[in-house]
Amino acid sequence: MGTCLVDLFYPKAGLAGMQLLKNAGVKVIYPGKQTCCAQPSFNSGYRKEALPVARSLMKCFPKDIPIVIPSGSCAGMIKYHWSELFEGESDIEKALSVAERVYELTEFLVDKLNVELTDLGEPTKIAIHTSCSCRNEMKVADRIESLVSQLSKVEVLEQERKPECCGFGGTFAIKQGDISGSMVKDKTDILKATNASCVVSQDCGCLMNIGGALEKQNSKLKTQHIAQFLWDRTNAAN
Amino acid sequence: MQQIKSLENRIDEALSNEQLHTNFRSAMSYLMEKRRDQFPDEKQLKNDREISSTIRSHAVAQLSELLVKLEENLEKNNIKVHWAETDLEANNIVYQILKDANAKSVVKGKSMVTEEIELNEFLDNKGIEILETDLGEFLVQLANEKPSHIVMPAIHKNRKEISKAFFDHFPEFPYTEDVDLITQQVRKILRERFRKADAGISGVNFAVAETGTLCLVENEGNGRMCTTAPPIHIAVTGIEKVVEKLSDIPPLLDILTKSATGQEITTYFNMISSPRREGEKDGPKSMHLVLLDNGRSKIHQNNDMQETLKCIRCGSCINHCPVYTQLGGHAYGTVYPGPIGITLEPQKQGITQLGELTSLCTMCGACGEVCPVQIPLPKLINKLRSEAVEGNNTNELIEGTRSKRKPLESLAWKIWKQVYSSPFIYSIFSKIATKLNFISPKKLGKWGKYRITPRPSKHSLKELANQAGFDHE
Repeated sequence: MGTCLVDLFYPKAGLAGMQLLKNAGVKVIYPGKQTCCAQPSFNSGYRKEALPVARSLMKCFPKDIPIVIPSGSCAGMIKYHWSELFEGESDIEKALSVAERVYELTEFLVDKLNVELTDLGEPTKIAIHTSCSCRNEMKVADRIESLVSQLSKVEVLEQERKPECCGFGGTFAIKQGDISGSMVKDKTDILKATNASCVVSQDCGCLMNIGGALEKQNSKLKTQHIAQFLWDRTNAAN
Repeated sequence: MQQIKSLENRIDEALSNEQLHTNFRSAMSYLMEKRRDQFPDEKQLKNDREISSTIRSHAVAQLSELLVKLEENLEKNNIKVHWAETDLEANNIVYQILKDANAKSVVKGKSMVTEEIELNEFLDNKGIEILETDLGEFLVQLANEKPSHIVMPAIHKNRKEISKAFFDHFPEFPYTEDVDLITQQVRKILRERFRKADAGISGVNFAVAETGTLCLVENEGNGRMCTTAPPIHIAVTGIEKVVEKLSDIPPLLDILTKSATGQEITTYFNMISSPRREGEKDGPKSMHLVLLDNGRSKIHQNNDMQETLKCIRCGSCINHCPVYTQLGGHAYGTVYPGPIGITLEPQKQGITQLGELTSLCTMCGACGEVCPVQIPLPKLINKLRSEAVEGNNTNELIEGTRSKRKPLESLAWKIWKQVYSSPFIYSIFSKIATKLNFISPKKLGKWGKYRITPRPSKHSLKELANQAGFDHE
């Protein structure tokens, strides 16, 4: 699965994720009718609007095969909140069967595929931003660390207050724009202080927020989704 | 609308105060670190949270039975029980007790419930002198402010600001910014007041139904002074503080102090089981417990939200909330700030008045992870958001369901639903977005003030996946 944010804003990250899976010997299907997990409206209180969107996505994944998502937040939405969203609905069983099969991408690469990576890139220094959904909800924040640790020429620099939210929070960034702005300023300050050249993360929401702020600040610090970062460094054709 | 505006103003004020930002940033980092040090073993912590959660769930589930039992056993212990449905009732009860005893001067230990009912203001208006004796509360009272945190009321103040608050009122003491010295001076002031007070007022951390025991957790000893030195002791607490058995206390106390201040145990733990008995030389001659409802029983009736009442007021969710860290407590404008505040207050005071508070959350989930009694705070906050705009709650147990539904916002979500629930419409939308750069919305609220506006990619993932030869069925 791609996620709505990846589809329109970070398609290369999505494609890189699929290529990583394919490279590990997995047959990857990308159902063409997928749209969104319904998290944006669910988290805004609009559950009645969320339900048909989730249902439409649910119908894209009828086969009993794992569903891999390059985002902790979308994976968490399906895995832990669809049960609440579909409560009392006649198709809740179908929704739950989708929820059971959901994996965040790095989780799948590490836990299910045990991927081995060979670093073909130039020496570099990065910082890892662990998304709240990967850490608190999906409990897979350490998978990104373990994948990156396989890359021999990548040095991971640690920032202060690593577990703190970057201030994205979906519609929070719009509804409470100034608080969100203050949070992302704190986050980018601390990331810049590491002197890393790139920030990688499992979630595009955080990257849109952190990356967007860094660009606005004219910072040289880049951001990249972990899938693209891994694919760029391990694929011989790059 | 008044509320929205004033919340906005309070947020602006908080965010523009650099000093406040620094104070909270360093205080919260310190508290998080201290807590982390108390829980080195994650498995153990998980287990401890499970146990505490079960105790509290159990207590909340049989709340009415336990309260009856508590009253019975307290009365056996000669502690007079009073029931108050509202804040006004509670204030009047306390006032009546003081009036009957001709009490003019009262010392008070830290209690959030008395903040909730604004007891100080009430008694002050009736001509009763009431003095906060918890150091933080004492400073907040001197500065004529409200607590900014439920455990550390003066946490918004740094050393300099504390000194100022103190010496503005007590110029007779030599000025210092040494907090230990100030503490010693406050101690001198308080000793006299404890000795002379006509009555002491305290809160309660746990009320044990089985034995009729009131437990009070504190660090400064002022709580013990308030509850033992004056001839009358009045404890005030919310009805949810009851637990079933004495054996429930050790696990709860352990996880409370570790979660709250990162202490293995507090300096004082008081278990109060009766006033002075015949032949005893000290202790209050009479004791009262005021049990306050103030909206709690309504929360109790709501199966979806009942877990709110499990809270043991450790403040750990507050310490770990990134939004609270930005704002501090006063911006919330309520007695309880942070995640527990935005969950509890709209339920108590209604969504019409306080529904906006639920927007003070990024859904990061940090609060739910640290809550010692496993209250699913993010889930409850999310549920409240839905109540505010949709009103799924058929029983209308929360005041103001649907009151925050705004035409423009609901229209936007309706359009969003149309686009994202139809693969066909979405595919057209996606083409427009990627090819014409249609959705780089210039006016995404304040997004653009802090970040560049995201631009859709030239090709969607669907297109890239097709080009790369991935199956799409």
